[in-house]
Amino acid sequence: MKGLRSLVVLGVALAWSHAAVAQKDTLALGMSVEPPHLDPTGGAAGSIREVTYANVYEGLTRIDRNGRVQPGLAESWTRADDGLAYTFRLRGGVKFHDGKDFSSADVKFTFDRAMASDSTNAQKWIFAPIAGVETPDARSVVIKLKYPVGNFLYNLGWGDAVIFAPESAANNKTNPVGTGPFKFERWVRGDRVELAKFDQYWNKDAIKLKRVSFRFIQDPSAQVSALRAGDLDAFPSLGAPETLDQFKADKRYRVVVGATEGETILAINNTKSPLNDVRVRRALAHAVDRKSVIDGAWSGYGTPIGSHFSPLHPAYVDLTGVYPYDPAKAKALLSEAGYPNGFALSMRLPPFPYAPRAGEIVAAQLAQVGIKANIELIQAPQWLTQVFRERQYDLTIVSHTEPLDINIYARDDYYFGYVNPAFKDLIARIDRTLDDGERNRLYGEAQRMIATDSVNVFLFQLPKLGVWNADLDGLWENSPIQANDVTQAYWKR
Amino acid sequence: MSLGPGFGWHRYPALIAGAAVTLVLVTLAAVSLAWTPYPVTELVIARRLQGPSAAHWLGTDQFGRDVLSMLMAGSRNSIAVGFVAVGIGLTLGVALGMLAAARRGLIDEAVMRLGDFTFAFPAVLSAIMITAIAGPGAINAIIAIGIFNIPVFARLARGAALQVWSRDFILAARAAGKSTFRITLEHVLPNVAGLLVVQATIQFALAILAEASLAYLGLGTQPPNPSWGKMLNEAQTFMSRAPLLAVFPGLAIAVAVLGINLLGDGLRDLIDPKLRRARA
Amino acid sequence: MIQFCLRRLATLCVTLIAASAVVFVVMEVLPGDPAVVMLGTEAQPETLAALRKQLGLDRPAPERYVTWLAGFVTGDLGLSQTYRVPVSELIADRLAITGPLALAAIVLSTAIALPLGLFAAARHRRLGDAGVMAFGQLGLAVPNFWFGLLLVLVFSISLGWLPAGGFPGWQGGIGPAMRALILPAVALALPQAAILARVARSAILDAMAEDYVRTARAKGLTRRAALWRHVLRNAMIPIVTIMGLQFSFLLAGAIIIENVFYLPGLGRLVFQAISQRDLIVVKDIVVLLAGTVVFINFVVDLLYAVLDPRLRSFRT
Repeated sequence: MKGLRSLVVLGVALAWSHAAVAQKDTLALGMSVEPPHLDPTGGAAGSIREVTYANVYEGLTRIDRNGRVQPGLAESWTRADDGLAYTFRLRGGVKFHDGKDFSSADVKFTFDRAMASDSTNAQKWIFAPIAGVETPDARSVVIKLKYPVGNFLYNLGWGDAVIFAPESAANNKTNPVGTGPFKFERWVRGDRVELAKFDQYWNKDAIKLKRVSFRFIQDPSAQVSALRAGDLDAFPSLGAPETLDQFKADKRYRVVVGATEGETILAINNTKSPLNDVRVRRALAHAVDRKSVIDGAWSGYGTPIGSHFSPLHPAYVDLTGVYPYDPAKAKALLSEAGYPNGFALSMRLPPFPYAPRAGEIVAAQLAQVGIKANIELIQAPQWLTQVFRERQYDLTIVSHTEPLDINIYARDDYYFGYVNPAFKDLIARIDRTLDDGERNRLYGEAQRMIATDSVNVFLFQLPKLGVWNADLDGLWENSPIQANDVTQAYWKR
Repeated sequence: MSLGPGFGWHRYPALIAGAAVTLVLVTLAAVSLAWTPYPVTELVIARRLQGPSAAHWLGTDQFGRDVLSMLMAGSRNSIAVGFVAVGIGLTLGVALGMLAAARRGLIDEAVMRLGDFTFAFPAVLSAIMITAIAGPGAINAIIAIGIFNIPVFARLARGAALQVWSRDFILAARAAGKSTFRITLEHVLPNVAGLLVVQATIQFALAILAEASLAYLGLGTQPPNPSWGKMLNEAQTFMSRAPLLAVFPGLAIAVAVLGINLLGDGLRDLIDPKLRRARA
Repeated sequence: MIQFCLRRLATLCVTLIAASAVVFVVMEVLPGDPAVVMLGTEAQPETLAALRKQLGLDRPAPERYVTWLAGFVTGDLGLSQTYRVPVSELIADRLAITGPLALAAIVLSTAIALPLGLFAAARHRRLGDAGVMAFGQLGLAVPNFWFGLLLVLVFSISLGWLPAGGFPGWQGGIGPAMRALILPAVALALPQAAILARVARSAILDAMAEDYVRTARAKGLTRRAALWRHVLRNAMIPIVTIMGLQFSFLLAGAIIIENVFYLPGLGRLVFQAISQRDLIVVKDIVVLLAGTVVFINFVVDLLYAVLDPRLRSFRT
């Protein structure tokens, strides 16, 4: 009898502990890079968005896991027929984390601040088309444009266009106050940022998690051991692809190989001889074996690309076959261009993990056709200033992570130095085109044009390598924009 | 110091061991100029991250390069760094030290304070800043290391030279009307040369270590040229999958430095047998 | 003695001012615009100009140097460009890691080295002595960052006993934080211990050879008693010197070791600040580090003078 009672007690205790497990509502998420601060309107670092986007701050619109525009703080909108004005209907009952009510005045404040002459918004171009912001009432905003912008609603979904309140904007770098479902709790520098569910969130019933902590672990070995030890529930973008295999065989983890918007390219300085010769650039393209680059640099993860466009996008055209790997053809093209014995080039590489690795492989492949690429690993500031702004380079490797950024090829002063009036025309037409089908067709044309001109050697789409607990669901598989949106994450049991 | 027939090599085990290791190191470096088991910069992605085998004694790295070949070629890099960095320190440092000892006064003070000043910055930090300005690369790393050797040799040379200057035969030379420069060249330098050679050996080993540290931080030799420190940097990422990649280059550094240090100790014993009692 | 102190102090100040000027100039010529680093590829010229103005980078260099130096002297280290928090706060945060790490390394290396040195000296020319000397040679030859990697391989990756890197912060409890510091401290301490053990050994041997020790032995004192009573005190002079010198080695070592173990300490902060062009942080830390090194050398000199009065008249 006594034994039976203790059995019952044991059973109750077990049931209790089981219940405790079932109620898990916290999430520890790993990131490779710690953000410098938490204000996405005053800094370009992707890590800022990976903590705050959709979680802490919200914009008028938001980009969902499939890269589509969804209502954010604006529950609906109408566009004027000429495309020169948008009228947004704002959500009611929205509060900032400090208790202040959200209204149209905050929207006007945010956009005026981003457009002001002392603005330090890293994507100020988003706001450049805006002629003015009007607030007919507390829940309506009218944005007037100087010219129609096809992607305007999409652009407003960027992290750089989230809505701030005038009372808290100045301190958002270290003490972020937004309207999102999670409010900032604390930042243990060098280790983690902790967020807690905001009880007055306008859609709080949809939020399953009570606490989220973002932990910053740069060392690949430490990333793996933190996941294995259970210190982390998820690592949405592992920095070291070679560690992925260890999780694939383990039933406790889900390995999710998704895509990012990062077109990784061997960028070419088109203004410099002999790279200004299209035959030489085509020779470069024929000399590079994308598969080896992907295998060697990123353990075989990553989709080969033949132009500057994301394979996830409906307008994507597979152009990897335009210049297939063919060293003999490359040599022939070089001879034709007057360089039968090849030449020497500089290859200045930024310190992002993929660049030095891909660079070494590409350099070895170029050597096969007689082109000697002298590698120089430089720091990010030097890359940004000397390569990107001052065009002091011949070749470089970098991943262009902004979504839908093929329009950079229409900018004469861009670091590739590609100048093609026909392409600029095409992009202008795309900008004005409001019909999705037609715009996608034009996007296809644009992809072909830069592929044919072999502006750069298009290598691969940077993958998003995620590992998380098999019981966890609702995280993004792909990364249409830089974000770790945990608003839909939940534990299955 | 004549090594007569009675010279007992067995009394200098450190010298012999050090010389042997150094000889192997130099031989490997020399051989690597003409031959390595595999071409050093040959990437074969299909055979990446293999363990040691009959074909690849020390395995392959993340690009399928042969680790043994890379280590052999890396020795070249280390030796070059040692020679140039010590060369810079030795020429400039000894010149300054000799000058300070010969002239004394303000020049002496200036040389000594300059030394203090250089030592006020942690060497790695200064090297990081130098490579940040001039760009990373083997040459800049060597210069950064060489700069730190200057005050080391300057102090040593000054101290030793001062002692020589107080000796009787210098007075005699002065009385004979020899110039300061000639006395330095003919009497002082030969008398401190042994000491400098010993120190140069030690600094050589330190330079190899310093270059390895800088290369490990990504500031030294640039790819595709192999360097032991850089190999360790790259190996760290793959440690959970290919742990041996992080072992061999470090072993190479340790053995090379150990050998050269032993050589230095051995030379010191040879030159100054009095010191042996305390050190052996 | 007072005059000696004052002279050394004056040199110290001159060295520091020179150091501040050098660092400032170095930061000026460093390629790469901090504003570009913060605002990225899409930043427009007027946005960059606005940020530069906000950061005070639009002022002429001499003015910025004087402002910075004046602030530094009065204890205002300025605001980090990257993190937007006071540099003093940042440094305090990071010191909470580097400080304990360096301290642990000093304690550990001394605790290993002194007994080993004594042991070797007591067993001079026997097997134990040879063992300590061999350990010393190894310590000189093994790069500390490689030793750190080996520790990670064995204790983190193979055995899983200790974390491979990172730091959970002191807020999370002393236990996890200490665990994160064990491997780095050992990696930093052991090579230093090897060097220190050799120094301790020869210092003790030298002291034992001194006349007064021989006299004491002749008067019937046992070897051990002579060791404790006379030798140790005299052997401390070179040992203290080396420990002082080692401090700057430790600082340098900490920069590398913190990078091996991804510890957010002072060394890693300055390394990252250089690569992010957080110029003010670099300037502040470099001058503080140089100041510490110079100050410690000063203290060592003083200790010297106290331990050995004969030296006072010799030194300038």
